[in-house]
Amino acid sequence: MSHRDHHHDIAPIREKIRKGIDKRREFWRSLEELADTEKFREFLHREFPAVNPSEADPSWLDPTGRRNFLKLMSASLAFAGLTACTNQPKETIVPYVKTPEGLVPGKPQFYATAMPLGGVASGLLVESHEGRPTKIEGNPDHPGSLGGTTVYEQASVLTLYDPDRSQTMLYLGDPRTWGEFLNSFSQDLEDQRKKQGAGLRILTETSTSPSFADQMNKVKAAFPQAKWHTYEPASRNGARLGAQMAFGQPVNTVYQFDKANCVLSLDADFLTSGPGSVRYARDFISRRRLTGGSNEMNRLYVAESTLTATGAKADHRLPIRAGEVEAFALAVASAVGATGLPSANLTGDAAKFAEVVAKDLKANNGKSIVIAGEHQSASVHAIAHAINAALGAPGATLYYTDPLEIDPVDQIASITELVNDLNAKKVELLVIIGANPVYNAPIFSGGQIFLDAMKNAPKRVHMGLFNDETAVNCQWHVSETHFLEAWSDARAYDGSFSIIQPLIQPLYNSKSPHELLAAMLDQGGKSSYDIVRDYWRPQPQFGANFDQNWKQSLHDGVVANSAPPPKTVALKGDLAAAIKPATPGKYELVFRLDPSVYDGRFANNAWLQELPKPINKIAWDNFAIISLKTANELGLASETEPQRANAKMIRLSNEGLTPLDMPAWVQPGHPDNSVTVYLGYGRQRAGAVGDGHGFNTYSIRTVNTPFIAGNVQLEKVEGEYQLAGQQEHFNIDASGIGVEAFIPESDDLTGRHIVRTATLEEYKKDPQVLHHGAHKPGEDVTMYPEWEYDGYAWAMSIDMNACVGCNACVVACQSENNTAVVGKEQVIKGRIMHWLRIDTYFRGGTDNPQVFFQPMMCQHCEKAPCEVVCPVNAAVHDAEGLNLQVYNRCVGTRYCANNCPWKVRRFNYLLFGDWDTPSLKLARNPEVTVRSRGVMEKCTFCLQRIMGAKIASENQNRTVQDGEIQTACQSACPTEAIVFGDIGQKSNPKGQAPQTRVAKLKAEPRDYAALGELNTRPRLTYLAAIQNPNPELGGDHSKSGEKHG
Amino acid sequence: MAEVNREAEGYVDLRPPVMGPGQNFNSIAKKIGDIVLMRGFKKGWVFGFMIAFLGSVMMFNTIAYLVLKGVGIWGNQIPVGWAFDIINFVWWIGIGHAGTLISAILLLLRQGWRNSINRFAEAMTLFAVACAGLFPLFHTGRPWMAYYLFPLPNTMSMWPQFRSPLMWDVFAVSTYLTVSALFWFMGLVPDFATMRDTAKKKWQRVVLGMLAMGWRGDARHWHRYETAYLLLAGLSTPLVLSVHTIVSFDFSTGIVPGWHATIFPPYFVAGAVYAGFAMVLTLAIPVRKFYGLEDFITMRHIRNCCKVMLATGLIVAYGYLMEAFFAWYSGNTFEQFMMKNRMFGPYGMIYWLLILCNVLVPSLLWWKKMRDNLFVIFIISMFINVGMWLERFVIIVMSLNRDFTPSAWRMYYPTIFDFTMFFGTVGFFLTMMFLFIRFVPMIPIFEMKSLLPEAKVDERKVKELEREEGRGPIGSSPLPQYGD
Repeated sequence: MSHRDHHHDIAPIREKIRKGIDKRREFWRSLEELADTEKFREFLHREFPAVNPSEADPSWLDPTGRRNFLKLMSASLAFAGLTACTNQPKETIVPYVKTPEGLVPGKPQFYATAMPLGGVASGLLVESHEGRPTKIEGNPDHPGSLGGTTVYEQASVLTLYDPDRSQTMLYLGDPRTWGEFLNSFSQDLEDQRKKQGAGLRILTETSTSPSFADQMNKVKAAFPQAKWHTYEPASRNGARLGAQMAFGQPVNTVYQFDKANCVLSLDADFLTSGPGSVRYARDFISRRRLTGGSNEMNRLYVAESTLTATGAKADHRLPIRAGEVEAFALAVASAVGATGLPSANLTGDAAKFAEVVAKDLKANNGKSIVIAGEHQSASVHAIAHAINAALGAPGATLYYTDPLEIDPVDQIASITELVNDLNAKKVELLVIIGANPVYNAPIFSGGQIFLDAMKNAPKRVHMGLFNDETAVNCQWHVSETHFLEAWSDARAYDGSFSIIQPLIQPLYNSKSPHELLAAMLDQGGKSSYDIVRDYWRPQPQFGANFDQNWKQSLHDGVVANSAPPPKTVALKGDLAAAIKPATPGKYELVFRLDPSVYDGRFANNAWLQELPKPINKIAWDNFAIISLKTANELGLASETEPQRANAKMIRLSNEGLTPLDMPAWVQPGHPDNSVTVYLGYGRQRAGAVGDGHGFNTYSIRTVNTPFIAGNVQLEKVEGEYQLAGQQEHFNIDASGIGVEAFIPESDDLTGRHIVRTATLEEYKKDPQVLHHGAHKPGEDVTMYPEWEYDGYAWAMSIDMNACVGCNACVVACQSENNTAVVGKEQVIKGRIMHWLRIDTYFRGGTDNPQVFFQPMMCQHCEKAPCEVVCPVNAAVHDAEGLNLQVYNRCVGTRYCANNCPWKVRRFNYLLFGDWDTPSLKLARNPEVTVRSRGVMEKCTFCLQRIMGAKIASENQNRTVQDGEIQTACQSACPTEAIVFGDIGQKSNPKGQAPQTRVAKLKAEPRDYAALGELNTRPRLTYLAAIQNPNPELGGDHSKSGEKHG
Repeated sequence: MAEVNREAEGYVDLRPPVMGPGQNFNSIAKKIGDIVLMRGFKKGWVFGFMIAFLGSVMMFNTIAYLVLKGVGIWGNQIPVGWAFDIINFVWWIGIGHAGTLISAILLLLRQGWRNSINRFAEAMTLFAVACAGLFPLFHTGRPWMAYYLFPLPNTMSMWPQFRSPLMWDVFAVSTYLTVSALFWFMGLVPDFATMRDTAKKKWQRVVLGMLAMGWRGDARHWHRYETAYLLLAGLSTPLVLSVHTIVSFDFSTGIVPGWHATIFPPYFVAGAVYAGFAMVLTLAIPVRKFYGLEDFITMRHIRNCCKVMLATGLIVAYGYLMEAFFAWYSGNTFEQFMMKNRMFGPYGMIYWLLILCNVLVPSLLWWKKMRDNLFVIFIISMFINVGMWLERFVIIVMSLNRDFTPSAWRMYYPTIFDFTMFFGTVGFFLTMMFLFIRFVPMIPIFEMKSLLPEAKVDERKVKELEREEGRGPIGSSPLPQYGD
């Protein structure tokens, strides 16, 4: 190596050599070594990896390995001919052999598994290409999914391949082996065993895994005085304590929205967040479909603080401070006749709203649901239970079961107890499994942070996916497996059990929590597979024929008939004593889980970071959401330059803690004197993607105010902060034109007829009211000859009434189509690469507007404006009516994007695709090109899936069946808002009624093309949004709010 | 023809002369030729050239970085896929138009006054078109694939897409460049010969001799020269109209409100001539002063340029008016919003600045006094240069940034590289102009000579001579003698 490198710049080397001699290094191998050049270090690392410990394979450090080297060597030689006999563990995983209707497996194989989040599992089918999982789909057989997913599941595959994941065990930051860890750990445990575990504390996150519970119970038996604590930010504490308050025992409530005519949400975003949201969204929307001649819709009332996707779907929405939801709930309770509650103290519009809602709920006795938000107080949950009881909901539209969690404790109390023990120096060995309390624990009394308390424990072990804030503050870090890498089990929102089967061997030297607990139980060496299987073998759900039922459960993704039976619980007579009315201050602060990065655990997931949050469409940051009125009160100039979302800074102070300065975001529909902040940002050690984005709101979140801080101080501070918005916001533009443009009340926007909407009453009277004023040009008005289609003609229909704006389709599209992530700077510049976006439009006044979601992607026009302007024939029309983009041919003039009225084309302004990171290459869909710099791209209607189905059908000498092709967005959609299929003659013979689902939807009276008057004849059409307002609240809820100028 | 005849019939031209008094064949050749043949460089020239050259270096650096990194170094995004790149392209192409107009159309119309400024304007055209051409090439995502735009035979039988106006652009601009270059060179041949004959050094004689292509001033040479020049003028004339018409098609065939308008072709052509004349004045006024060419580029030239600007400026103003009228009269939401957005949207200032630069300030030229004041004219021409750039900003960026789908609306902000590229091309253009002024006779010597009274030939006598000798026409221009 050395002789070749003498020609490089000699002066600095000479300098270094001189220094080297000064240091009196005694022996050196070459001048390069003496000079300590980059090249030499590289060479050294290549030849002798152990010398560079940070990157070395830990097996190099294993003393036994070196000692036994010769022994092994000779043994290997001896057994070289017997490799076929290698004792691989037999861990059978079962492919999804019998595919559900409409799903044809091509080359990739699909396996059922489940992803736990907040402990609760949602069922998945994972697409696997040659053994590497690439795409997550919902499991149609799983009760919590029915085929839909959330953004978190869709993005989880990227976390699996995250290059920043913890890859090995670490001791004080140095790589170690599992064996070394076990040596050290077992000694510590031995010490604890002598004292019955008095100094042992284990901290986990919420878990519903019965096998984990089983192990944990064994640990508790082995260490009787040890304590097990549970904490995670999304603790559902309110729900748990509320049930305790109402029924005297913790229960899990399972709602059945498909049975409810009338729903009241008390600050609950049940459509897009929390356990079961996917199923709830499906059930709820199933009552609003209005297809096939149906004229019936349920009605949703939402009284909420932050404007959420659920609030956006409401027929009537009341913006109300989170702290006032309790008073509102009491007013509703007293009006529906719930007893044993304190009297309500509510006036004004809210009182009127409560009265009307109560009347409607009562009218739908036994067919209504009241649901309280996860972050709401226990009292609100208790009141909701009382209202539901008064309305006859239990047993009709909801039922109770035993709690899902293996340890349904008050998690705030649990971690507080741990901190007290830590402060009292009772803790000698702290084992943290999966949790990241150094980052996300609340602030304890006296302003103490968890880290300070934790340091009182002399020995600390952390297991986690990342070498995160907690990991660096523990001596030992154990790399944890991703859920796609290890066996486990978990329960769905309704209590059904799923076996989590791995799709891939652990990529790194990671171990599962089961294996860590096994180590504590002297089950060392027992694999997760055996642990999980051995737990389930005797369980009644699997019956006598274990092996067959096991296979069936793996195949189905859910253990058959494992949902717990409904449980009858009696409401406590008098709740009044337990409910203490809060005394709110001038401003309240609401902490919410981030719609993208959750509690911060997904901070290093670039797909989620770059996902524009619903409603405000901002990515890569969190911010303080306030109303326009509050913003004006605080003196934040209302003429904030809206286009770049340059936000003014405000200072938030809670309970005397160090105040937090955050950018303020003015959100129409947010209640006055209330601030909402998202958790999960401001991470220090999330990884290359997540570090340094946003603000750590955990720093002002105390044990007393985990979700709602009733009395905080707000003030304006100097400075601005640039937020990355995908959609521009004109609502606070003082020039006037912006406001008009944003709120489609004005002619400017209504005249565009992009969003069409009507009330149910209007629609029943005359469905054509939707298309009033919209000009639909004649089919013959065109210069170019008609395309002839004798085969398929692919088309799509999107039901805006069904879209809940959850973003699952956006991430699904990104995952399926290898869409690049561009980063915050480029998002600000307007170069986000998403092929599919959720456009959000507001209507009505800024204090309480109506919100409409419109998934927007390539419309696949018959007369596409993009095709005629491409000078090189890169944008072409195919024989089945798709607009194709030929990447190889594209030179990047961008004319097509300019000429696209929907602006759905995306251009690779720079080299956005990651072509280098090896692990990310595994995450890619092998059927889709990774685009390079300088080419245009856009939605293809998942051409690769179309081709896959066509090849399969042609092999079987048949046509493609309706529903056989599901685009990525369609299959991810929890509410089946997106329907794709053939409108051509093959499936819909001429002169007959439409046969395919999409063709039928296109014949609906609600069907329209966005910007249809341009006569480009999109293949993608929308079904107009219909609202079902209560006439008693003024009919159209947009008019119930103050009308804008 | 007309002028000559009238003078021959004793008509007295009361207009100011197109050349100062006291010039003869020799003084013209010396005055103009010496700028090229002089030894060494004037200090001012060196200074100006250095600054311009720095600009060119900036341009080349920007291009290198652009090719290395991608178009993303500019501010372009979605929805504003075209911004400074295409603005600059249209602006430069527009500037080029004055040259062709002066050389070709005014030649055909026998406007004798054009003779002193035509070569200058042609060179300007050539360099402006070269600058313009850089943008469509380097604004593509993959410039190394730009040859896909040419109809090159290939094994896959892939052709460009002939329906795309960008395709038409390729032909229009490349034709324009070719014809302009030919035209310019053609006009230079007799002057190269003149200079060859007066050059002192051997190498100068050799180089100029090659460039002169064996020109000896033979009557046959003149005859062929005149014919070819006329033919080329005839070829160029439609180009003045067609090139910018096609450039305007880049927009008007699009669907974007603010682009999709039938008025674009005439409006663009007039705008181009407007911009071109402004640039001619911007360059000619200082050069004339610096090299003492007041006798050749006289106030009459400048006044005529002003009048052309007034006329084309009016057409452009009419275009603005009509755009607003069409938007209102169409009853189309998108069109109406587009106009409202232009006037009162977030970029509203730029629209009003455009009106100021292109409509209000140039109105000063209605006053004769202003048309006589070089300083005022210079300032006005600068305003028009800026105004015409703003016009393209208004058309391109302000139409794209808020078109049909409000969710996709987005403000456009240029980056530093947008500016280095633009000012870089300005530097490149000026570099070329400096080189041109120094190394090529910037005023056609022979055409200037033809303006001298000595050169006038009585047409009737020539005709008689022809009839007597039974020969064909001997050329319509007087033939100055060389080498005397």
